Amino acid sequence: MFEATAQNRRNRKVEGLFRLLFLWMTCMLILPVALILGVLIVRGGPAISWEFLFSPPTNGMTAGGILPALVGTVWLVVVALIASVPVGVAAALYLSEYAPDNRLTRAINLAIINLAGVPSIVHALFGVGAFVIFFRFGTSILAASLTLAVMTLPVVIVATRESLQTVPLAFREACWNMGATRWQTIRKIVLPNSISGILTGVILEVSRTSGETAPIMFTGAAFFLPFLPQGVLDQTMAMSLHLFVISTQVPDVPEHMPFGVALVLISMVLAMNGISIAFRVYLRGRKKW
Amino acid sequence: MTDVAHAADRRDLAWWVDRAVQVLVLAGGLSAIVFIAGIFVFITREGAGFVFDRFDFREFFFSPRWTPTSSHNPTYGALALIAGTASVTGLAMVVSVPFSLGAAIYIGEFATGRVRETLKVLVELLAAIPSVVWGFIGLSIMNPLIIQIFDVPIGLNVLNSGIILGLMAAPIMTTIAEDALKAVPDTYREAAEAMGATRWQVTFKVVLPAARNGLVAATLLGVGRGFGETMAVLMASGHSINLPTSPFDSVRALTATIAAELGETAAGSDHYQALFTLGIFLFLVTFAINFAADVFVRGGQRKHRRRGRRPAASANP
Repeated sequence: MFEATAQNRRNRKVEGLFRLLFLWMTCMLILPVALILGVLIVRGGPAISWEFLFSPPTNGMTAGGILPALVGTVWLVVVALIASVPVGVAAALYLSEYAPDNRLTRAINLAIINLAGVPSIVHALFGVGAFVIFFRFGTSILAASLTLAVMTLPVVIVATRESLQTVPLAFREACWNMGATRWQTIRKIVLPNSISGILTGVILEVSRTSGETAPIMFTGAAFFLPFLPQGVLDQTMAMSLHLFVISTQVPDVPEHMPFGVALVLISMVLAMNGISIAFRVYLRGRKKW
Repeated sequence: MTDVAHAADRRDLAWWVDRAVQVLVLAGGLSAIVFIAGIFVFITREGAGFVFDRFDFREFFFSPRWTPTSSHNPTYGALALIAGTASVTGLAMVVSVPFSLGAAIYIGEFATGRVRETLKVLVELLAAIPSVVWGFIGLSIMNPLIIQIFDVPIGLNVLNSGIILGLMAAPIMTTIAEDALKAVPDTYREAAEAMGATRWQVTFKVVLPAARNGLVAATLLGVGRGFGETMAVLMASGHSINLPTSPFDSVRALTATIAAELGETAAGSDHYQALFTLGIFLFLVTFAINFAADVFVRGGQRKHRRRGRRPAASANP
């Protein structure tokens, strides 16, 4: 009954062409990354060994391993998390549970967008001006981590807010009707139902924080320190800066070393993101409402 | 009467705790504003000396001579740095905008089910690669490749960093653009399909025009991303002061200049303050870009809320 006209056929052909074009465009974004990962694995893989991971660099960073950089990155990430997660969750609670739709809320949202959008090197300048000089922390893990914390605050806020908003309003209303205060509702109903979403956000922040270089260059990360940091007022090496240093600043580094560092760094970051994504997919499958 | 009022007045411990929490979370929310203001205040505080004493508008914006370490006559012309940033960001956008929007259209309008979820995850992973790794890729993989393919003496140039930046800016543009497409109400699509339009006709004639504001915002955010990128540009652009005339020229970006030189300056010196002045400039420009993007996103949302409302009965599928 419905015979395909010439017009129909042409439409379908054009539709197919566009579909292919867009698919090709999508692939062009993703393929290079797959290639790059492949190259990193092939050329950096041979560098990686227990000794590479667990011994300090030697011989002017042209030999040895990356232990101080690995440990330093862990320090930086942990201190940054301690500083930013409580503030970020509080901000998200305010925006999701309390904030009326007014100018203040809009200003807060704009500030969050800008915190995420300000160049990382400007965050570095802020860290130098505020934490290193004004608050007299000097170049230290504390100053670097606080800079990172300010920079990655939007990641926690946005992820937490989204997770809080997936809790249906009806849950809250049921609780309020029992005479609970807002905070009791949040503590007993909203947070338990969204804690896993918040955790995904925190994991994402870990990934972001561990890869950042510019904000820590002048605030607490050192080019070369053969020993491990003892406290938050020490300087430290970091994976990201170490990659920058041995690939641009140090002559005669054997080629496999920067590739090895890049591979370890990118594995850490992608593993974190992978965990966060897997977590999210699992949660979505399990959701009861 | 007073008894009733008394019974309704519930200022027990829970009430006070509730109050305290309300103040605490408000403080958390305000912290975002405090930090963004703090960034401006502290970089201005460090750069103020230069801005008020040494800053020469004509020199800063129209002279390509950036020689802050010269002992007899240091000059602070940022034109070449601005040109470097602009050329790299411009090329990145030329590479990245069509592909990002294409990918957003494919993910948002054509792909379904598992393919769609997988592509979204891959785009998200693309965004996760740290900028220093991108820089390293530019340095160690793209550099020899460009030298070989185009037969040029040096592969660290506008082309190299433009491609790298394009790939870096693509995820945010794809994500925001896809959000914008998703924000177009299905009623629009249904109406067009009911008239006999095919998928791509719906996409081109209905969805894209309706999502225009969001797509502009996506592009702006991509520009902001490219503009502010530091490590990748520092490592892949060649870092030589130059007014570029071809994609194979090495250039130097504003951000990269700060990253490369701040470590060598004495706190409080003219050079140090000049670098903070570059920071103020970067801050103001990115602030303007983000603000504009926010205005566009908002405009788009409001438009759909007004026009695209479904009848209440079908609002809950």
